[in-house]
Amino acid sequence: MLKFICPYCQVEADETELTPGGEAHLKRMGPGSSDQEFYNYLFERKNPRGIHFERWLHSYGCGKWFHVVRCTKTMEVFGTYSAQENNPPKKILDIVKKRISFGKKIK
Amino acid sequence: MKKYSAFSLVKESFNNHLGWEKAWKKSNPKKNYKIIIVGAGGHGLATAYYLGKNFGIKDVAVLEKGWLGGGNTGRNTTIIRSNYLQEESAAIYEKSRLLYETLSQELNYNVMFSPRGVMMLCQTEHELRAMKRTCHANRIYGVDTIMISPARMKEMIPIINIKGPRYPILGGLWQPRGGTARHDAVAWGYARAISSWGVDIIENCEVIGIKKNKNKISSVQTTKGDISCEKMCFVVAGNSSVMAELCGFRLPVESVALQALVSEPIKPVMNCVVMANTVHGYMSQSDKGEMVIGGGADGYNNYSQRGSFQHIEETVRALIETFPFISRLRQLRQWGGIVDMTGDRSPIISKTPVDNIYLNCGWGTGGFKAIPGSGWATAELVAKGEPGELAAPFSLERFKEGRMIDESVAAAVAH
Ligand SMILES: Cc1cc2nc3c(=O)[nH]c(=O)nc-3n(C[C@H](O)[C@H](O)[C@H](O)COP(=O)(O)OP(=O)(O)OC[C@H]3O[C@@H](n4cnc5c(N)ncnc54)[C@H](O)[C@@H]3O)c2cc1C
Ligand SMILES: [Zn+2]
Repeated sequence: MLKFICPYCQVEADETELTPGGEAHLKRMGPGSSDQEFYNYLFERKNPRGIHFERWLHSYGCGKWFHVVRCTKTMEVFGTYSAQENNPPKKILDIVKKRISFGKKIK
Repeated sequence: MKKYSAFSLVKESFNNHLGWEKAWKKSNPKKNYKIIIVGAGGHGLATAYYLGKNFGIKDVAVLEKGWLGGGNTGRNTTIIRSNYLQEESAAIYEKSRLLYETLSQELNYNVMFSPRGVMMLCQTEHELRAMKRTCHANRIYGVDTIMISPARMKEMIPIINIKGPRYPILGGLWQPRGGTARHDAVAWGYARAISSWGVDIIENCEVIGIKKNKNKISSVQTTKGDISCEKMCFVVAGNSSVMAELCGFRLPVESVALQALVSEPIKPVMNCVVMANTVHGYMSQSDKGEMVIGGGADGYNNYSQRGSFQHIEETVRALIETFPFISRLRQLRQWGGIVDMTGDRSPIISKTPVDNIYLNCGWGTGGFKAIPGSGWATAELVAKGEPGELAAPFSLERFKEGRMIDESVAAAVAH
């Protein structure tokens, strides 16, 4: 079972009290964007076999969204950070770089 | 290829069964092929089969990173049905079901297609109405289904509890010619047929890159060296986004785990397939007597071929009200597969942004039933370079055009 530390309430939350919310840091496209951009935003996903930046909801806890960095192949969790951050914090990226668990370079 | 028959069985029984040959040949890659198919699951093998059968194209290689049929084709709960809501779906799934009816004879390989009937339970007023709508839609498309009463359902499956306090059974959608088949045999049967006409099936051969010339693929790079080709089609289910990335584009697909389990074998209690969509569980009894049970998919991206344990528990818990006897059964095995989900829960059979690369993916939790029909449609697309009637609605473009083929609302469980 996946376990993440909620960056707000600091509890270690089990997967059963969380709801997954898919790829993080998508830039919302709407009126004024091209059809292609709108399509990319709505449908196209990185869906990597490797490091994934994603959103989770602490639904049976504090009820807030937050970010998780996780490997989709090994299920290793590299860290969590708040939903207000538009980019992953350097601290977590450094951990990811150190712990590349399957030999693939991270961009 | 030696034909399997009652006669060959008798002959071999006098020969200590030493005369059987390997069902398909293990091959090493040649320098080049007309068509390379990536992924030796049911859909990839069926595509190779119909390329040969319908278009006479036999200069084909099927590349597989693991072992033949080791992906979702060997991991599913084998439900075959075609009672979909949308016209485009009904067309391809019903074509597939029809091909299944005679597949054993056609391939000279027993795929154990068992049209024992598929019963979909209606456990809420809303679901009852939705199923009636599906039933009417099916009638228009020529798919044979009827609505049946709870009393009739109890008659057909005496062990079912129709008076559950939480989810009583209000009716059912019955497809008499739906059923199950032996999943491995479907892959093996197609493999044997294509191998007999010289198609190379190359296992332990992962595609790790491609070489492009302008907007055309010229060769694929594999763990067994470079192989050049005129056309390439990838049919890799849960790994579709990874293959697309290698080819230089992205897909509207996400990979998640779907799990199933079987119980210890028991005496026959249920002679058809039962699907309970509201509670996300479905069940059939295998010929060995095991109850084969599957549930809903996990909600997060996953490539580990393992799912969350609580989903197994949820699935079983959901079925206990309707089938109290399963609470006393022991679980024998449990496993997971990585399925490729699209937003509208319909597949993609399509050209791609690269001129001579074709794509078959997005079958998600329900593509076993579609193997023959999908192979048929994909072969046509690859051979002609343009989709035929069956494949055309399932193009990648449909997302951009807002032309969804929405099966996600139609059937909460898509298997
Ligand atoms: C638990 C479970 C239950 C299911 N139940 C049902 C059901 O009851 N009814 C139903 O209709 N469907 C069901 N499905 C769905 C069904 O199994 C799939 O839709 C179907 O098997 C997909 O077949 P495929 O040939 O596309 O993929 P697969 O059988 O997964 O084949 C893809 C192959 O591609 C290979 N591959 C991947 N990447 C590469 C690469 N880079 N190079 C070379 N090879 C590669 C993989 O190793 C794999 O063997 C279920 C699925 C699961 C997991
Ligand atoms: Zn919290």
